[in-house]
Amino acid sequence: MKRVELSHGGGGVESQQLIQNLFYRAFGNEILLKAEDAAVLAIEGQVAFTTDSFTVSPLFFQGGNIGKLAVAGTVNDLAMMGAKPLYLSCAFMIEEGFLWSELETIVFSMAAELKKCGTKVVCGDTKVVPKGAVDQLFINTSGIGQIIAPLHAFPSGQGLKKDDAIIVSGDIGRHGAVILAARESLNLQSDLQSDCEVLWPAIQALFNAGVDCHALRDATRGGLSALLNEWASSSQVCIEIDEDNIPIDDAVQGLCELLGFDALDFANEGTFVLSVSAKQADLALQTLQQFTFCQNATVIGRVSDFQAGLVILQSPWGSQRVLEWPKGELLPRIC
Amino acid sequence: MCLSIPSKITQIDELNIATVDTMGVSRQVSLDLMAEPVSEGDYVLIHVGFAMTKMNESDALASLQLYQQMIELMDSESLASQDLSGVLVK
Amino acid sequence: MSLRLKDLYQGFRDPQTIQALAKQIHSTAQKLREPLAIMEVCGGHTHTIMKYGLSQVLPSNIDFIHGPGCPVCIMPKERIDQAITLAQMDNSILLTLGDMIRVPGSKSSLAKERAKGFDIRALYSPLDALKIAQENPDKNVIFFAIGFETTTPMTAAILEQSLALGLQNLFFHINHVLVSPAVHAIMQDDSCKITALIGPSHVSVISGAKIYQPLAEEFQVPIVVSGFEPVDVMQSILLIVKQVVADQHRVEIQYSRAVTVEGNHKAQQLIERYLELRDHFRWRGLGDIPLSGLQLKPQFSALDAEKVFAEYLSDEPIDDHKRCICGDILRGHAKPKACNLFGKGCDPTRPLGSCMVSSEGACHAYYKYAQVILPRDITVQKSQPS
Repeated sequence: MKRVELSHGGGGVESQQLIQNLFYRAFGNEILLKAEDAAVLAIEGQVAFTTDSFTVSPLFFQGGNIGKLAVAGTVNDLAMMGAKPLYLSCAFMIEEGFLWSELETIVFSMAAELKKCGTKVVCGDTKVVPKGAVDQLFINTSGIGQIIAPLHAFPSGQGLKKDDAIIVSGDIGRHGAVILAARESLNLQSDLQSDCEVLWPAIQALFNAGVDCHALRDATRGGLSALLNEWASSSQVCIEIDEDNIPIDDAVQGLCELLGFDALDFANEGTFVLSVSAKQADLALQTLQQFTFCQNATVIGRVSDFQAGLVILQSPWGSQRVLEWPKGELLPRIC
Repeated sequence: MCLSIPSKITQIDELNIATVDTMGVSRQVSLDLMAEPVSEGDYVLIHVGFAMTKMNESDALASLQLYQQMIELMDSESLASQDLSGVLVK
Repeated sequence: MSLRLKDLYQGFRDPQTIQALAKQIHSTAQKLREPLAIMEVCGGHTHTIMKYGLSQVLPSNIDFIHGPGCPVCIMPKERIDQAITLAQMDNSILLTLGDMIRVPGSKSSLAKERAKGFDIRALYSPLDALKIAQENPDKNVIFFAIGFETTTPMTAAILEQSLALGLQNLFFHINHVLVSPAVHAIMQDDSCKITALIGPSHVSVISGAKIYQPLAEEFQVPIVVSGFEPVDVMQSILLIVKQVVADQHRVEIQYSRAVTVEGNHKAQQLIERYLELRDHFRWRGLGDIPLSGLQLKPQFSALDAEKVFAEYLSDEPIDDHKRCICGDILRGHAKPKACNLFGKGCDPTRPLGSCMVSSEGACHAYYKYAQVILPRDITVQKSQPS
């Protein structure tokens, strides 16, 4: 079976093979194929710029792989700023001996994701390191986006306003649940699929429909718990959530029951939250529900001035509790 | 108390192991502690990889039906006469 | 009507049922002559009460005292140190269940030692210990067994399998403890204010509700064995209130879909085959309680880590941080908020006492769910989602 060797990162003829036969074939566009030291870009107006590195284990999980994650993660960071994702850089650090076929699958997954929003990989780097120097594969993607959100209405974690509706774009916790279920030591089987998804088309639709997004964020590490607490703190508002309205897939819930976890703490890679004025909530929902990955979009709560910095969960029988930041290592509750 | 949850047996495998489903997540569990025989479709309580007991389905259903009645009677006077007692020991 | 798996979850979390039960509790509790102090013995019940905010829907003359039902919470520091010592021995693999690895001993924790490179693994199931022992024939694989009566039969089961397989390298460090003696020790304390008990769900599945009969008789308190869902706990509270109003003190099974009077005889026999009572076991916070813990029977000393590795182990008792009041909390004398360290130096990321480590510990559950900010009777206007 063909494997990536140290020579593939050496800058010589084998490197060229890797770049031409794989990366250029998958990502090819007029800028990338110029093969210069740097990409020359022309962008109008304000620019958003972000970076992220991906080290997920396992590399291949139900619903995606590290490549899909590397594109979606960075594209989504730009989208959450109201920026159209235009260009990505892509750096690979590959452990020698990595299976060529697996690298191909990963790279072509990335290409498929890029197509969903017309984003181009315009520069990149490849390093091949000796066995043990990295755990199989690390990918870094940095992204540049053109801000299309109107300047007077820029989504921001500090932008939540009293009486805003809090909307979640879909059921939560699927990515975190998939990764957890994949832990070999737990011996679980399920049909769980990560929610990993490129979100730009939905965000673009919101702006086109005239929805004023006071705040926008994808609920990645730390899940909904971390996101809502960040917002309550940044905007110095109170966020009140109706627990029963939070959509959670049965299998995610099953996993939580089995191990004693809370889906609110699980990472998402294709689910986001927005804060909009109450009168725009319906319009936002209608706009989002056109997309299959947002068909479960729903209002889960509201912003109030009860106590700044606090996130409250309301039960359907009238009791409340505070939703805390997720803390510490996720260990199964056993006995 | 230890975390133990109801799951449905979907398959009885060899060597006294069963596959159980918890709302879409499956796992193999040992039946070594089960005092009574079980079959596919039974509900069992599982804890750290073992099935501990079979859930008493008719009892569970009876409880749920009782609660339903209780809700319907909530504003009426017959509520007081409804018997919600548990099983008395001795 | 047939039962679906979802009914076993949702049916016992139904909002309308909870509200209806709350209403009944309010009306029946009006007949109480004195306020009721209910001890929920198990950490899992504390978790339910906190997570579902049940105190907020109960009348003010019903209060909870959090019991010792958390096997991680009651582990004395010297035994955690023993686990660490065993992990640090050459050629050893130390195995335990979940939360145990985060409990602080006198200087370190298993999690910290794992980060230093010692082979320490947190298992979901004791069955994995057999596999690990078979895969590492040249290592001493030690299973640090923890838990109440619920988890004890599982240890006995793997011990039996280990003998059948003829494994020479799997050892057991037994820390299994019993609920009744601990509850007895708390109740017989003169300052004990408990007037009723919510009995553990899953200990009772194994041992049967019969084990609480002597407690109900001796201390003249009602004991209701409850399921762990919010409807179960609410119904159990209603049954307790009814008993108190009627001057009764009986053992009653609310969790009848899983608990019987006799329990699981097969599991009980398995335990009796391999384990026996210890004369003494030191409980963190409660001190020494006679006949409250288990050990391997003498004929199995070859598998008993405490005997095989005795020369490396110390059982010198080690006390807690001076200002930690886990002891009072475990005895039911204080609530977590009364501790000066709660949230100020002691929190789930830096637990000083075990009550904060395990998510079943009273302090951890309180920290996560009850919090310090919300006053009890606050009602917030709920606007309907558009």
